[in-house]
Amino acid sequence: MTAAVDARTRQDQAIHGVNPVAKLIAAMVIGFCLLLSIDPVSALVALGLEAVLLVWAGLSFREFFVRTAPLWIAVPLTGLTTALYGVDSGSLIWQFGFVSVTDGSLELAAAMMLRILAAGIPAIVLFVTTDPTDLADGLAQVLRLPERFVLGGLAGLRLVGLFIDDWHSLSLARRARGVGDSGRVRRFGGQAFALLVLSVRRATKLATAMEAKGFGSPGTRSWARPSPFGWREVVLIVIGVVVGAAAVTAAVVAGTWRFILG
Amino acid sequence: MSGSGARVDARGWGWRYAGRRASAVSGLTVRIEPGERVLLLGASGAGKSTVLHALAGVLGGDDDGDQQGELLVDGRRPQDCRGVAGLVLQDPDSQVVLARVGDDVAFGCENLGLPRDEIWRRVGSALDAVGLRLPLDHPTSALSGGQKQRLALAGLLAMEPKLVLLDEPTANLDPEGVTEVRDAVARTVAETGATLIVIEHRVAVWRDLVDRVIVLDAAGGVLADGAPDDVLASEGRRLADAGVWVPEFPPAAPVRTPWPASELLLQGSALGVGRRKGAVVASGIDVTVASGRALAVSGRNGSGKSTLALTLAGLIKPLDGELAANPGFAAGAGREPARWRSRELLTRIGTVFQDPEHQFLSSTVRDELAVGPRALRLPEQEVTDRVDDLLERLRLTSLARANPFTLSGGEKRRLSVATILAARPSVLVLDEPTFGQDSRTWRELVALLAELLDEGKSVVAVTHDRDFIDAIADSELVIA
Repeated sequence: MTAAVDARTRQDQAIHGVNPVAKLIAAMVIGFCLLLSIDPVSALVALGLEAVLLVWAGLSFREFFVRTAPLWIAVPLTGLTTALYGVDSGSLIWQFGFVSVTDGSLELAAAMMLRILAAGIPAIVLFVTTDPTDLADGLAQVLRLPERFVLGGLAGLRLVGLFIDDWHSLSLARRARGVGDSGRVRRFGGQAFALLVLSVRRATKLATAMEAKGFGSPGTRSWARPSPFGWREVVLIVIGVVVGAAAVTAAVVAGTWRFILG
Repeated sequence: MSGSGARVDARGWGWRYAGRRASAVSGLTVRIEPGERVLLLGASGAGKSTVLHALAGVLGGDDDGDQQGELLVDGRRPQDCRGVAGLVLQDPDSQVVLARVGDDVAFGCENLGLPRDEIWRRVGSALDAVGLRLPLDHPTSALSGGQKQRLALAGLLAMEPKLVLLDEPTANLDPEGVTEVRDAVARTVAETGATLIVIEHRVAVWRDLVDRVIVLDAAGGVLADGAPDDVLASEGRRLADAGVWVPEFPPAAPVRTPWPASELLLQGSALGVGRRKGAVVASGIDVTVASGRALAVSGRNGSGKSTLALTLAGLIKPLDGELAANPGFAAGAGREPARWRSRELLTRIGTVFQDPEHQFLSSTVRDELAVGPRALRLPEQEVTDRVDDLLERLRLTSLARANPFTLSGGEKRRLSVATILAARPSVLVLDEPTFGQDSRTWRELVALLAELLDEGKSVVAVTHDRDFIDAIADSELVIA
């Protein structure tokens, strides 16, 4: 986990230099546009445009598929459940008790699968090319979110790697104490509680160390790292808007637009 | 950097943490002049850390405790003059705030609201001052313990404090790390003229650097105050008894009676060890563990010593080579310890982890000691007898109903050893058992291990502690 976080700290593709706040907005615009309707055309158009844009994301094939792995697991599962249990319409293809597959539910399944990919891929790709420190700088300096929460959260992120090591040690210690053979579920609960206790202690120490460095004292804080927001950021947001608008327009023109609130 | 040090004034100062009956500190009256370098000593529980936290202004407000008297830094309350005092704590891992070295050093300056150019100028000179010459975007997670402490020191120096407060900054470090940090502190106080107050069990580390020693009395106030040699001459014996490492009064080494019938218990051949598949940290290790013998495993930080200990303890599988248990020792449990069931392991190999908190499972000391015997399904009377015996032997009787997490460092260490002894394993594996321990706990631990060895138990200890190795080890394995 720490390695994964650190691996992002130094990359040279153009996208890495874009302010994370712009990435966040672009991903949210695309996601929002795709949430408005459930139809295959809008998702397909968005996905097609994203496939072209991926070239500039600076991810290798391997890296891309590893990072987006959760999507590739979620998508077929969503498709399967929608096909089996989704609202039925059109001709019946297959039935088994309550379970039925129809033209309508198959179409819905396809639309759902494409939609998850189209909204998920840009969100993940933009996120993995973002350094958490830069994101925090952007949230505090560009969006003016409260610095206590932003920096507190960022510092907390440093502890995640330690928690993973702690968990490993806790597991080994339970084996060493003779309670590692049975009661897996109960042991998991106890171990999770032990990790919680340890993490609260670590967090308390970290908070003291931060306070000792003057964090949270009255007076204005300055920022060692600038968080610039210029034409590159605007371009990325415009790209997001264009992808979203193209998807919506294509669906309306093709007559497949199904506004979910309508 | 800044020109001078701060003056510290305590007048009848005391502090009682909210929810506690007894005061942590009381009746403290002392004046420390600008630029003085003070070593603050006292038995554990004398309130040394409380004083340092108060001076750093991080003790909290009225909700957190009650204050008596007055404590002033340059005539002002510490919480009103943030940035005048800077504090470095004991645990290297819990003080890193940000992911990159430069950002972490800059953090304090940002909080002071300094202009950007000034921040980066100070970051550069602070890193130079502590001798940490790394790129500014070097990941902080890749630093060693000693480097992390120097990073914390650099973050403090960049704020140009007039009062430098160090709370056992070297207790968790290996000998190289201790020297690194000590030298960095020496250089920077000489340059800045800041007032220095340091807490440390090991007097030898700081003795030549400080010009004054103040000993806090656990009953309140100051026990002794003066030049290091004078204070140590008059109070050395009493301090040593209270657990302070005074070079003139080293803890007594035990007298061993070697076990006559030593037998081979475990044999590792061409071992390659690592915590994850494909991540071998040390390889080609040949090692034997025998009854009545103590094996010390030493080597630099990150050399794989602890991983080897976990492997010898049967907790992780060797990635290469073989670890075989002698049939007599295995007693029907199979040849490879890593394949033993958890309960089979319990009576054969016991492991004391570096951090005692990792191995605590119960909400009272008594229950904690009973975990092993109960897992062995011993009769309740036998469980009670073993627990009572260990409580007595490790001076834990008065703490029987306390929560293990609330104990002091030394008490936690004693309890973690006792919990393992409760199952009476033939082999005891300990990871850095003396790390951060005061001399009293050290002496007790060494005496206990010597006793176990004389009874024919086997001890494997991963350690940096040369005195510990000299006191009990029969052989030493150095991991390159």
